[in-house]
Amino acid sequence: MNHAATIFVGVMLTFASAWLGLVFLPYVQLGNIEPAAIEGSTDAYPKPLGGLAARGRGVYIAGGCVYCHTQQIRPEGFGADIERGWGPRRTVARDYMYDRPHLMGTNRTGPDLANIGARQPSSKWHHLHLYNPRITSPGSVMPSFRYLYEKRKITGERSRLALELPEEWKPESGYEIVPTDEALALVAYLQALDHTTPLKEAETP
Amino acid sequence: MSDTRREKSSSPASPAPRGGKAIGRASDRGGSVERPIDPERAARRRFRVDESTRVPVLTFFTGGAFWLLAGSILALLASIKLHTPEFLDGASWLTFGRVRPAHLNTMIYGWASPTGIGVILWLTARLAKAELRFPRLLVAAAVVWNVAVLWGTIGILRGEGTSIEWIEFPPYVPPLLVLAFSIVALSVATTFHDRGEAHVYVSQWYIFGAIFWFPWLYTVVELLMVYRPMAGSPQASVNWWFAHNVLGLWLTPIGLATIYYLIPKVLGRPVHSYYLSIVGFWSLALFYNWAGAHHLIGGPVPAWLVTVSIVASMMMLIPVGTVAINHHFTMVGRFAILKYSPTLRFIVFGAMSYTAVSVQGSFQSLRDWNEVTHFTHYTIAHAHLGVYSFFTMTMFGALYYIMPRLTRWEWASARLIRVHFWGTAGGMAIYWIGLTWGGVLQGAAMNDPKVPFLDIVKMMIPYLWSRSLAGVLMTTGHVAFAALFTMNMLHLGKRRYEPTLLDDPREYARLIASPPAWEETPAS
Repeated sequence: MNHAATIFVGVMLTFASAWLGLVFLPYVQLGNIEPAAIEGSTDAYPKPLGGLAARGRGVYIAGGCVYCHTQQIRPEGFGADIERGWGPRRTVARDYMYDRPHLMGTNRTGPDLANIGARQPSSKWHHLHLYNPRITSPGSVMPSFRYLYEKRKITGERSRLALELPEEWKPESGYEIVPTDEALALVAYLQALDHTTPLKEAETP
Repeated sequence: MSDTRREKSSSPASPAPRGGKAIGRASDRGGSVERPIDPERAARRRFRVDESTRVPVLTFFTGGAFWLLAGSILALLASIKLHTPEFLDGASWLTFGRVRPAHLNTMIYGWASPTGIGVILWLTARLAKAELRFPRLLVAAAVVWNVAVLWGTIGILRGEGTSIEWIEFPPYVPPLLVLAFSIVALSVATTFHDRGEAHVYVSQWYIFGAIFWFPWLYTVVELLMVYRPMAGSPQASVNWWFAHNVLGLWLTPIGLATIYYLIPKVLGRPVHSYYLSIVGFWSLALFYNWAGAHHLIGGPVPAWLVTVSIVASMMMLIPVGTVAINHHFTMVGRFAILKYSPTLRFIVFGAMSYTAVSVQGSFQSLRDWNEVTHFTHYTIAHAHLGVYSFFTMTMFGALYYIMPRLTRWEWASARLIRVHFWGTAGGMAIYWIGLTWGGVLQGAAMNDPKVPFLDIVKMMIPYLWSRSLAGVLMTTGHVAFAALFTMNMLHLGKRRYEPTLLDDPREYARLIASPPAWEETPAS
């Protein structure tokens, strides 16, 4: 039997139908979202990332952080994301309106980072943790991002940015560990990850 | 005359083990007249058709075999790093977040796709009973494709990856892949047009689908996510529409086309039911397409989208069930042949895994189960059951069948084939059991806010070790396969005049020649 034409048309229609549903309609529904006005202020949410944080997002992407960390809070009653303290409310489409590409992730080998900036505001903590996660979180399997840090001979005064490492992680005396520009940018990005602003489409439980 | 019987008499895959009888001629096109077929002529013709595919298909296969090894090494690195994070942790290009996508992309675009393309090209010529068009251009396409994969992999390791799952290659790579693929599509379409056989066999439908779907999926996702990115939330939908369909509408149709061709071919009996194969194909085309958003349950996407995808995922039970029934009843009474034929052993392993992975996938999409398994290692086990256990094992089976017909050299060693099979099958079993079980525990613990997160990380360590063990076994199998592949290409080892079987060839010949006891007697 010769069904070449039928197969062609069928294959095209089935494909087009799903394209319409999974690509086109979500775009129509969510592609033109606007920032929401914050009550009692002239500010709006969300805001695009600032320069350093935007660069840090590039470092996050280059390091492949997305393979172990999600950036999405599931609603209450579905998983324990909120109970774990990962965020005060579920994340919604508006939270991601400036994300290109999206970094929602699909794996939680490590914890969710949607609100890591609010949960862990200290840049000191982030630098220690990135330099070697076992310093702040014993038992962690996160890779060390030593390559974002430089070991430098101390000439004159110690650098203002040098890491204050616990004894067992310290380099030999006369040396210090300082973050590179990339590490500074990455930490700025992590600190900017904050989706705690209340939105009316996402009830805060 | 029932349709099942008609399928039997006109199917290109009707009983014709090597040197067999049922091959049609160009003059048969459109005619339903049954003519006696001269086996000599048919064999000569088949030889010419195979010959036309030789250089391009072997070029695609060689690239595939190389990337299989490279991808295995990357996989082992990534796996070890997850339980022993200090392992090779100094260099940026060896960090887990780069090695893992490098593994995925070398396996999908380096091993699975080119090997699948090689099989498609060979099947297209075989089923069309026409010589393959544009063989030289195809060789150029294979070269471009492999250069692109190499360039892209280096890019990912250098930190230029996109972090968009399944399309991590940096933006300068996709145009090369699209160019190479256009040549493949052109060759397949024109060879199909030249066909000397009016009947379109079920494998050809699947090939048709794959060749049409893949370029659309790939160009749309690259445009909307990399070159002119949409805003975040709809991107996630496009991302999973694509990533799910690379398996569902690209690799799966190739795998099924192969299974539909090779089970009947090795057994010398037709596919069980023509109608079931129609139902299977169209329901796959419709439902698989829609299933992708089940990766976003609980995510910031419209609820209707997720619900529709869950429904489509459950509906996938229809194509999967029909295909499973069809293959099972083609095999029934002949399972003993799995002891002898390497092709059949790998193919049937792949076919059974297809049923398993799809049924698992359908239920995994249900909200209650997804709440536990989402974001865990369970999903990783599921993905490997699909891409590895189903697709890769099916491709191994196809290579065992196709290669000797192109190189004119039989496989050098039955022992190495056994190492290959048991290494990969055993490795896959450990992989799946370890990460599935571990993943459920991980998910259950994660949904209990009283369990500190670091305790879950520590709890996963033994399961992650089981994956590394599995990876070593699978890689051993791949090394055995690569050795066989190289020996076959270079005509090394002792010359054999009979196919290399895994057990007594006389017993095999007897089994193939005799119909199973229950085989139907002609209706009076």
